Amino acid sequence: MAATTHHHNPDVNYINEFKGIGSWLTSLDHKRIGLMYMISVLTFFLFGGIAALGIRLELFSPGQTVMTADQYNQFMTYHGAIMVFMVIVPGIPAILGNFFLPIHVGAKDVAFPRLNLLSWYVFMVGALMGIATLFMHKVDTGWTFYTPYSIKTSGAATMMVVAAFIMGMSSILTGLNFIATVHKLRCPGMTMYRMPLFVWAIYSTAILQLLATPVLGITLLLLAAERILGVGIFDPALGGDPVLFQHFFWFYSHPAVYIMILPAMGVVSELIAAFSRKTIFGYTAIAYSSLGIAAVSFFVWGHHMYVSGQSETAGIVFSFLTMLVGVPTAIKMFNWLATLYRGSISFQSPMLFALGFLFLFMIGGVTGIMLATLAVDVHFHDTYFVVAHFHYVMVGGTLMALMGGFYYWFPKMFGKMYNEGLARVTFVFIFIGFNVTFFPQFILGAMGMPRRYFDYIPAYESLNKISTVGSWLIGIGFLISLYVIIDGLLRGKKAPANPWGAKTLEWQVPSPPPHTNFHHDPVVTAGPYEYR
Amino acid sequence: MNEPKDVHHIVDYKILLKSGAALFALTFLTMIAFWNHHHLGAFAAPIAFLIAGVKAAIVMMFFMGLKYDSTMNRIIFGLGFFFLAVLMAFSALDIWTRVPVLGTI
Amino acid sequence: MSTVESHASHEHHFAHHFKSADHEFLTSKQGIWLFMVTEILMFGGLFVAYFIFHHIYPGMFAEGAKSLDWRMGFGNTLVLIFSSFTMALGIHQIQKGHNKKAVLSLALTILCGAIFMVVKYFEYTHKFHLGLYPGKYLDVAKVGAEHANLGMYFGFYYLMSGMHGLHVLIGMALIAWVLFRTMRGDFHSHYYTPVEGVGIFWHIIDLIWIFLFPLLYLVG
Repeated sequence: MAATTHHHNPDVNYINEFKGIGSWLTSLDHKRIGLMYMISVLTFFLFGGIAALGIRLELFSPGQTVMTADQYNQFMTYHGAIMVFMVIVPGIPAILGNFFLPIHVGAKDVAFPRLNLLSWYVFMVGALMGIATLFMHKVDTGWTFYTPYSIKTSGAATMMVVAAFIMGMSSILTGLNFIATVHKLRCPGMTMYRMPLFVWAIYSTAILQLLATPVLGITLLLLAAERILGVGIFDPALGGDPVLFQHFFWFYSHPAVYIMILPAMGVVSELIAAFSRKTIFGYTAIAYSSLGIAAVSFFVWGHHMYVSGQSETAGIVFSFLTMLVGVPTAIKMFNWLATLYRGSISFQSPMLFALGFLFLFMIGGVTGIMLATLAVDVHFHDTYFVVAHFHYVMVGGTLMALMGGFYYWFPKMFGKMYNEGLARVTFVFIFIGFNVTFFPQFILGAMGMPRRYFDYIPAYESLNKISTVGSWLIGIGFLISLYVIIDGLLRGKKAPANPWGAKTLEWQVPSPPPHTNFHHDPVVTAGPYEYR
Repeated sequence: MNEPKDVHHIVDYKILLKSGAALFALTFLTMIAFWNHHHLGAFAAPIAFLIAGVKAAIVMMFFMGLKYDSTMNRIIFGLGFFFLAVLMAFSALDIWTRVPVLGTI
Repeated sequence: MSTVESHASHEHHFAHHFKSADHEFLTSKQGIWLFMVTEILMFGGLFVAYFIFHHIYPGMFAEGAKSLDWRMGFGNTLVLIFSSFTMALGIHQIQKGHNKKAVLSLALTILCGAIFMVVKYFEYTHKFHLGLYPGKYLDVAKVGAEHANLGMYFGFYYLMSGMHGLHVLIGMALIAWVLFRTMRGDFHSHYYTPVEGVGIFWHIIDLIWIFLFPLLYLVG
């Protein structure tokens, strides 16, 4: 390593200390790996987004317009599979978590840097395998791969399933690394209760990644075996039980919903404290509610299966347990609101996204309680109400937080400021576009429009038209944010170490941070949000 | 977090030997139970798995050294079994309380 | 940037983000345990499916289990238990600085793994010879099976023992790697992290087999 860094040259940082593409592809630095994840995830987000726009375009009018029914099924499948496995699950943990979790706990790196790099390669292998099926026989099962259709379909489902399995391995390695980092690498003075709430959220997420993903792995392997060998475990024609597939699948995929939303909650905790200039209200309550959500998430998966043929008894038990999720979630919500109360709020772009999150996630969460109610769900199941609900959580929640987090940490990651005015414009487009797209879908769902169909009766037309127009607004919003990022990278003025006046550790080091994060080993003597 | 005092605990040679011997003996016991499974009736399977459980406990405690490891590592490993039980319990709850129409075979 | 290298000159040179060699050891060990949890849950999923279908089709599973030779499973159980013992012994010997003895223990462990796989090979080829293939490749009429979905039992049999066998092969390769490193003199009483990790992995393989043996061969 370069001897010059011993003198803490302020112009040397993790980006320019080592040069060449090879130094990136072999880098063990968690910050560089975070950026590599960022580039890959943003690329896949583009794919998934184009698929989404395609779906909405087809649904602009009833009947076949821009694609056939089969193509629609493929668009829907790739939108779901790409957005879930390649964008939202790795999104916040692998990008922002990788970059900031070690700095937040005062560590020089994650516990296992080689494993961290390996997880990126494994992720890329899986993701590219998934994308490669586009050039083979396209998959049309939906991202859930429900049996028995997924056993019979002629698409390249086996390859897609193996791809998801491989991406799951990557997710496990990331989670494992973060747990060990939080347990073992906290710097002197960094007790568990001095960790930023973002770390608590990523930590809870990591536990889910570790404990839930292996079951997805074996489920997908069993599905592959079903397709290749015809074992009959999930195939009713051979004496198997397709509902058991759903049990196994949702044992992972319900906790996976929290793998997607918990990190977003962590980001929002940071943003709200920083832009209210106030100590966060109920630190321990927020911290433990993250663990609480993680724990409860393993007991509620059956609410995806109320009308699947699951027994009524199981449905009732799952309905009751699902309501429990509302408790830790509401605890977080109330604490964020209490933090805002009498805070010195500044409405910079990251804060706008955080407030947008509160608004949208509330709608997503409360409609979730409605869907958890067994009798109500029988009506709403597989309608656009469900689609609207989980988009309010996944997009209105996770994606809003991801955007807010990007803007918040952009100066730290790249050492440049972005165009604040334009960034606020992106918020306006994304927030309004999102509501225009998905709020009508609640109404469509209540009217009974089923999800996943490429056609609908004329009665649903006007609301579908509104929804499609909204999708264009979201698209424009993301195009502008792409411009904001590129413009900031090329022409942004140099960022100070702490542009927001925040208190967590990453703002105490230069922007961008040096290769080993800290010039001097940090010693922590206070909590993360001691504003006033 | 509650790290063991002797980081590099050496498991005594005699304990390893005894553990190995116990595992061998229990394997023979499994077979004896198997040969008499007509007498044991419905208990044959639970007995076989009970013995397997004891064997597993010996492997975990002495060979894998969990007995001498940190509490955190014990909790971590235990969590795996706990959530496995959750998967089993709820899947079984559904299938056992269903109206019995399952497949055509 | 190298703030900790000053007291890393003796013994094992640990990575820059750790405080000490012991800190690195304890962290690595926790990482290994975290990974082992995923092994338990992955194999566990298969066990859950097995239990459920065993309960639904007890007769079919009994028919399948009858065609397995308990002697093969019994012998293999003893071989694997012995290998677990030699693995634990190998770590014990490295900790005490008896590296030459440890090489022998590790070599014995690999040998046991090989014996296990050879027995598995004969079991598999025998089954293939009888036409006992997994899933749809099992011809019920040809085999003369009483239950039409006997293929499911053999699906379970090949998936479970196959996954386990794959782990045995991976374990053997890993032990060969630490054996080579032991011979090279990489390890000593205060640095043997890879051996410890591979050891725990090998014991997991033993642990899973302890349950697979009664499950596949005995409970019919």
